[in-house]
Amino acid sequence: MTSALIADGLTKRYGRRSALKDCTLDIPAGHVVGLVGPNGAGKSTLLQLACGLLDPTAGRIEVLGARPVSGSPQVGFVAQDTPVYAGLTVADHLRMGAHLNPSWDAALAKRRIDQVGLDPAQKAGKLSGGQRAQLALTVAAAKRPNLLLLDEPVAALDPLARRNFLQGLMELTAEQGMSIVMSSHLVADLERVCDHLIVLVASRVRVAGDVDDLLATHHRLVGRRRDTADLGAGRALVEQSHTEVQSTLVVRSTAPIVDPSWQVDRLDLEDIVLAYMSGATGDGPDRVLEGQR
Amino acid sequence: MKWGGEVIEFHLDARSGVAPYMQLIRQVRHALRLGVLNEGDKLPTVKEVVARVAINPNTVSKAYRELEYEGLVIARPGLGTFVTRTLVGDSLSKHEPLRQGLARWLTEAREAGLDDESIEALFLSSFRAFSEARG
Repeated sequence: MTSALIADGLTKRYGRRSALKDCTLDIPAGHVVGLVGPNGAGKSTLLQLACGLLDPTAGRIEVLGARPVSGSPQVGFVAQDTPVYAGLTVADHLRMGAHLNPSWDAALAKRRIDQVGLDPAQKAGKLSGGQRAQLALTVAAAKRPNLLLLDEPVAALDPLARRNFLQGLMELTAEQGMSIVMSSHLVADLERVCDHLIVLVASRVRVAGDVDDLLATHHRLVGRRRDTADLGAGRALVEQSHTEVQSTLVVRSTAPIVDPSWQVDRLDLEDIVLAYMSGATGDGPDRVLEGQR
Repeated sequence: MKWGGEVIEFHLDARSGVAPYMQLIRQVRHALRLGVLNEGDKLPTVKEVVARVAINPNTVSKAYRELEYEGLVIARPGLGTFVTRTLVGDSLSKHEPLRQGLARWLTEAREAGLDDESIEALFLSSFRAFSEARG
């Protein structure tokens, strides 16, 4: 498995504040990878380090096997809130893209602009949020990068614009086979478009894996209150909550759980992500991460 | 019925907890069982599915590979993915005896003192364990 992005002890400090602290992860290439986590987990910092906009304070980062360089033709970046140049027209954006990028695919850019119905003469400042996002995606994709990084690209969009954006993104993925890493809070969207997911909490990878595997191996167990120390081999406790009489557990287990004293339910991806995010306190991380790979 | 072009449209239920690729597989099998899809019909291309459903292309490929492995479809490079057999009649004739067996089991469960919810829970957990054990 080749890697799109490798971080090793990666740290970014602003004065005394750490935006990313000792982050170690390995993002596989050839996937659409979702990066989720609470605000302040370091997702944006990680993406900005990956496209060379920031330099690390400590540690190592490798993107497509090399140290990231700002403006690399191999890496496309769509920043948070999909910024565009308000005073320039849609056509100006494409001309600028062509001028700045030797690998620019003018046919692709034109086709996408037509497809999403953007008027080339329109000033970018007059575009709707959804149109602006489509323009930013077009400019990033027409570079024909091997890796596309997107930071919360759909957070500010209405549901229809969001769906349109993700349709466009997936179509580009299907056509060009590029690797994608996108951060988002909208886990339901990520469940559709991502085949690999990373949950980042306080610069730490809480869980990483293929979406299908994550869905297949996580279970919610509800039953009479009991000591959770003995879950059995091959089972990892992700999250637990107890009342006087009842225990509710989120458990990761590759083997099916057949135990009539528990009611066993499936979890959707959002439930799984939330379990890892809220299970992050206490004795968690190292035990939970056992057998992750 | 249709002539040329793709026949079915996929949709995703994001809150089902069922992996997206499995949802696609189930929708194809369902269409085969209902006779919506027949031998020779073409499935939408990966790109068409992706553009319509906003779903990861690898997921669609994975579902199609799985269907091909099951012998339900065949991929013809450059042409598309085609249905090779139908599931209509495969099981419908066997429904009645199975239904009777299930009714007998339900009677037994009742006689053993289980209420509706216990029966349902028992069935669901057994069913899930059974299908998971069979992969």
